[in-house]
Amino acid sequence: MKEKSSLSPEAKSIINAKLTRRTLFAGVGGLSAATLLASCGADASKEVAAGIAEDVGGTVRWANWSAYLDAKRVNGSRTYPTLEAFISSSGIDVDYLVDVNDNDEFYGKVQGQLKLGKDIGYDIVTLTDWMTDRWIRLGYTQTLDEANMPNKGNILPSLSNVGFDPGRKQSLTWQSGFAGFGWNKELVPGGINSVEQLFDKKNKGRIEVLSEMRDTMGIILQYQGVDITKPFTEDQFMNAIDFLEKQISDGIIRQVKGNDYLEDMAIGDAIAVIGWSGDIFSLNAEEGDKFEFAIPESGGTLWSDNMMIASTSSNKSNSEKLMDYYYDPKVAAEVAAWVNYICPVVGAQAEMEKIDPELASSNFIFPDEATLSKVSVFRSLNFEEEVKFSEAFQMASGN
Amino acid sequence: MSNLETLQKEPRSGLLKNYKLEFTPYLLLIPGLLWLFTFFILPILNLSTTSTKTRSPSFETGAFDQTWRFLNYVDAFVENQEQFYRSFIYALIATVLALAIAYPLAYAIAFRSGAMKNILLVLVIAPFFTSFLLRTLAWKQILGSEGPVVSLLQNLNIMNSGQTITATSFSVIMGLTYNFLPFMTLPIYASLDRIDPKLLEASGDLFANSLNTFRKVTLPLSMPGVVAGTLLTFIPASGDYINASILGNPNTKMIGNVIDSRFFRVVDYPTAAALSFILMAVILIIVSVYIRRTGTDELV
Repeated sequence: MKEKSSLSPEAKSIINAKLTRRTLFAGVGGLSAATLLASCGADASKEVAAGIAEDVGGTVRWANWSAYLDAKRVNGSRTYPTLEAFISSSGIDVDYLVDVNDNDEFYGKVQGQLKLGKDIGYDIVTLTDWMTDRWIRLGYTQTLDEANMPNKGNILPSLSNVGFDPGRKQSLTWQSGFAGFGWNKELVPGGINSVEQLFDKKNKGRIEVLSEMRDTMGIILQYQGVDITKPFTEDQFMNAIDFLEKQISDGIIRQVKGNDYLEDMAIGDAIAVIGWSGDIFSLNAEEGDKFEFAIPESGGTLWSDNMMIASTSSNKSNSEKLMDYYYDPKVAAEVAAWVNYICPVVGAQAEMEKIDPELASSNFIFPDEATLSKVSVFRSLNFEEEVKFSEAFQMASGN
Repeated sequence: MSNLETLQKEPRSGLLKNYKLEFTPYLLLIPGLLWLFTFFILPILNLSTTSTKTRSPSFETGAFDQTWRFLNYVDAFVENQEQFYRSFIYALIATVLALAIAYPLAYAIAFRSGAMKNILLVLVIAPFFTSFLLRTLAWKQILGSEGPVVSLLQNLNIMNSGQTITATSFSVIMGLTYNFLPFMTLPIYASLDRIDPKLLEASGDLFANSLNTFRKVTLPLSMPGVVAGTLLTFIPASGDYINASILGNPNTKMIGNVIDSRFFRVVDYPTAAALSFILMAVILIIVSVYIRRTGTDELV
């Protein structure tokens, strides 16, 4: 059984952090004098990654992206039917927090606490493959206990054994999806199928692209004939950056944004975007059938987001139960019917037949070979490339 | 002789008293100094050591080695000059605009508002009741490309159909001006309100017309407020990144946006730290030159 600790959460996090002289100095800005004194007593001889937090249970705090869970408006406020069902059947309370706007932005927000082993305010985080890779590598995740997750085996075989997490011991796919073109049918009656059409002069100042480098650059690179699954060169990448820079300096691109491009589409500031497949369907559900999505002629990108339990979470088993719940094919189908992203759960398609046969044949939820042949997964970058490319991408975006 | 002796004695006994008095201010300073040390000096030291680090050879995310590379500062400045210049130009324009709006406003509240004075003051402060972020987001909606203002101006043929208000440098400067206006208005109001009306009457008695009274009496007496107001507007405006990211486009990004992106997106702490130091230094120089020219005797 769990050992009951008499220490306050703050005191625990201080002890867990086991500050070394170096990490102490790095984190000194946020620490009070008292903490400094307290930590001087801690083991200062070796560099230890902040430990895994103890499981004490409580409310599960889940960080996710917008338009990423089945939602319903009840008396003006948003509720999540599948989540409500989980809460009432399991008795586990869940705080669903739409706090991820962009992988980098989210990592930047929590990395200081992760490093020090202090609570980041979330138990489950949902991040894209390449960022999941980083978290697992840096030891910021907890190993999943399969005893709490009978449904875990329902994961699609193609996703069950990925390079960054062999055997899915630390992470579980939430959804996969495509990056492509989304547009407002009233304001862009002709629709958008190619990169030229997107960056046409007549759309000046009304186009937005994702701050998710791999999606925006993946689409531009493929437009320039580069295979993003194979090792392309730095020159090829920088050519694509030049192309992006030109669209920005010409004023075609209004902003480079995270998931909040959806707001700009909703209010009409952006008439067409490089965006994510399911988002556009969710936007239609909330704003009336005004938007459309297409995979670029020259190729779109395919990505997956993964649920992980943060190393700082003191709520492991409840979090596992929640993750497991969403791997019940029936629940997964309900989510997919709303979010319109690629469902990672085996058996969900059969369940979908019962909810909506039309959606069961949707290529955005259960894609066929023809659809999958139009998208590619951005290859993994080594550390040096990641630094260089993301810096170039940020500078092209004006910052 | 005796007179001289008493003269010499007096300061001596006074000295003892003064000694005690001299000590008290330092005691009073302790809480403030401790606070500053923990939350300003220590972070600054941390930041300064970070600013001379370089990436470790492995390029692993967030791994840096201390190499005392002071060239980081040169690189950081050269690579981001454009955003530096833009920040100071935007902040300067916003400060001038805010002064032009705030001075007459503060003047009216101080001298011409009568019974309305308190209500008007509350209205000046009222924006603080909602968050800075929300107010800026509200402007984005109001002035949006499909929003009411743009539609109206386009229907009146004042704006072309392709033109927008948001996502321009105009909207960024407008946002800065709007958001910092109360910081300009309140200090000016405070110094105007303190002016003894008898001085203005005396000026009139000496046959000065109202323009001369304003130039020679009111304006000089309100200068402390103007100096305080311009500082309170210019300093935060030049470091601001909210307005540029919400109301601007990639070509109107300010230095705050670059620091944000280096810290949180590229995870390049040394460059971000160096940029922060350069920004602080430049602001410090500008402010000290400004204060030397305007004088701070009556500030505070």
